[in-house]
Amino acid sequence: MSRFTIRHLVLGGAAACLLAGGLQAKTITISCGAVGAERQLCEEGTRAWSDKTGHEVQVVSTPNSATERLSLYQQLLAAQSGDVDVFQIDVVWPGMLANHMIDLSQYTEGAEDKHFQSLIRNNTVDGRLVAMPWFTDAGVLYYRKDLLEKYDQKVPKTWEQLTETAETVMKAEREAGNDKFWGFVWQGRAYEGLTCDALEWVASHNGGTIVNAEGEVTINNPQAREALALASSWIDTISPRSVLNYTEEEARGVFQSGNALFMRNWPYAWALAQSPDSPVKGKVGVVALPKGGEDGRHAGTLGGWQLAVSKYSENPALAADLVLYLTSYEEQKRRAIEGSYNPTIPALYKDEEVLAAVPFFGELFETFKNGVPRPSSVTGESYGRVSNAFFNSVHDVLSGEAEPEQALSGLERELRRLGRRGW
Amino acid sequence: MTHSTPAPAETEALGTSPTASSPARRRPSRVHRQRLRAAWLFLIPMLLVLAAVAGWPLLRTIWFSFTDASFASISEYNWVGLDNYLVYDDGMWFGVLADPAWWQSVWNTLFFTVVSVGLETVLGLIIALTLNAQFRGRGLIRAATLIPWAVPTIVSAKMWGWMLHDQFGIINDMLLTLGIIAEPLNWTANADLSMWAVIMVDVWKTTPFMALLTLAALQMLPSDCYEAAKVDGIHPVRVFFKVTLPLILPALMVAIIFRVLDALRVFDVIYVLTSNSEDTMSMSVYARQQLVQFQDVGYGSAASTVLFLIIALLTITYLYLGRKQIGGES
Repeated sequence: MSRFTIRHLVLGGAAACLLAGGLQAKTITISCGAVGAERQLCEEGTRAWSDKTGHEVQVVSTPNSATERLSLYQQLLAAQSGDVDVFQIDVVWPGMLANHMIDLSQYTEGAEDKHFQSLIRNNTVDGRLVAMPWFTDAGVLYYRKDLLEKYDQKVPKTWEQLTETAETVMKAEREAGNDKFWGFVWQGRAYEGLTCDALEWVASHNGGTIVNAEGEVTINNPQAREALALASSWIDTISPRSVLNYTEEEARGVFQSGNALFMRNWPYAWALAQSPDSPVKGKVGVVALPKGGEDGRHAGTLGGWQLAVSKYSENPALAADLVLYLTSYEEQKRRAIEGSYNPTIPALYKDEEVLAAVPFFGELFETFKNGVPRPSSVTGESYGRVSNAFFNSVHDVLSGEAEPEQALSGLERELRRLGRRGW
Repeated sequence: MTHSTPAPAETEALGTSPTASSPARRRPSRVHRQRLRAAWLFLIPMLLVLAAVAGWPLLRTIWFSFTDASFASISEYNWVGLDNYLVYDDGMWFGVLADPAWWQSVWNTLFFTVVSVGLETVLGLIIALTLNAQFRGRGLIRAATLIPWAVPTIVSAKMWGWMLHDQFGIINDMLLTLGIIAEPLNWTANADLSMWAVIMVDVWKTTPFMALLTLAALQMLPSDCYEAAKVDGIHPVRVFFKVTLPLILPALMVAIIFRVLDALRVFDVIYVLTSNSEDTMSMSVYARQQLVQFQDVGYGSAASTVLFLIIALLTITYLYLGRKQIGGES
């Protein structure tokens, strides 16, 4: 008897669903972050869209490593597979994947005007809007409030001030018996992260962004040389030599265990540095990265993720609708409050609920608004090589194998070679 | 007094007795013709499968190496001739053969091959000689030595990667505890250490293979030479160099060739331990980076084709020399 009623309920429920969604209920497949909270937030967001529209959404897992993820995407797209409708893509991929993505501007109805224009420019390739910004990232400077107070130092405004402050505090701390203490940790391994760090040094000295918007190679200039010379002077003075093998997490390990005064990192490190078991909880401040000299500017490399719709999708209009829902004001607000993901809509940085949950969003607004894009749109498919050549040259300078002049003129030749037939 | 060098067939490699090659017949009998037919019948399925899974991809790779195909648009490409290999353009040389990074990877591969195969051979020989002696529990030890060889490379490389980690690796921890090093070493990222770390992991993994093949050869040795040597009171070291080594050399050579061909294609152990670092990049890692990371199917295929040619050339040379030796001796 009871089984009978249950079956009836199930059947009735299924019929109701069919009636509600009409008979055209479709399934959209999305690949979004595979990491803990990212995945959960993505599933909650897609479920809300499902309830609203009556269409199914399937979330597929992808590798954690961005490099591996890109390889997987490329294989899927090269095979023109329609298995995945919506792709979560890194801020430097639009140029590489543009050929495989639809132009979203036909569906947005002007929604892109509400987002950071730097991101929209980044996601526009040959006049086509190939992705919508989902959350953003920019390099920021973490510092130890307690130590600056203890030694009566100011928060540095320029790289030169940072260098001096770091030397002073490090010397004093070491004399006080903390012989593992360092002034400044950052990402020095020869990988994409070093491209981000070095681009910040160069751009803050007004040395441009490797390749300018017209596709001309601009990296071999006096300001860039000066920036690299300054950075290489940090090794073994305020930064450990092992920084040449650090990624984000190694740098955070040193900083969070209380062994560094300054750290360059992405905003994600904030939540972890403030977690209950963190030795530096409550002692950390976050500011924009320093300027290169008095005439320089504050520059944080733009990071973050976008959502794009595959050209091979069978339901591009529906997929675009899902993308617009996930990148909307309400959904970004929810993600900011629950997961401290940086919104890409400026208005959210003034939203009181958001600021209550993540206070530093307000302080960092300018940094995110003026994020320095890596030259990925202009160099398109060649970006991987450009970045590879850049971080290897920078790594040679940092490790003392080459002088800035020599490394940058070699890099210029190499980049001219890569772009000799246009990017 | 040396034996004739057998042809490098797998049978010898596995230490079974050399089959007497049938003398060439002047007039093929009916039975012989039937046998030939049967042999071909048996071979055809294998040849078809090989053509499908090895021949076709190889030809396609060679074809792509003359085009500017890219991953972003694999169906639209232009014929560019030898541009991916070497081209003079605008006062500069371009192409795989003009890329310093390629030659660095060639040098890395050769260095890795010579050092790792050399070490594996010597260590394998020592282990084989030990296991060849009669002692209790020999079977167990013999099985145990095979474990590193049985673990898939990708797994053992990842395992070693964690053990060699500079922050929390057990290797650094042990060396620090013993006071051999003052501060943690960056095994897989330090330019001076990373190649040696890769070689060490490869030696750990592949020595059992060399030991096994050498042991098989040792087990085949006739005992009368040794009894004679004992009666004459000849020093064991001399016996090893005058009797044992010449007798097992043919089998040892086959094992070395196997390993050399493997080592020249090395990819997994290097990619897992050190990723795309230029200090350890092998030819295969270079080709993959061009093909997958930089999406340049044409250029990556050119690199793969050069790698294929190098290995094919070495194999042909070895086969030719082996044949010549037999021809010269008979």
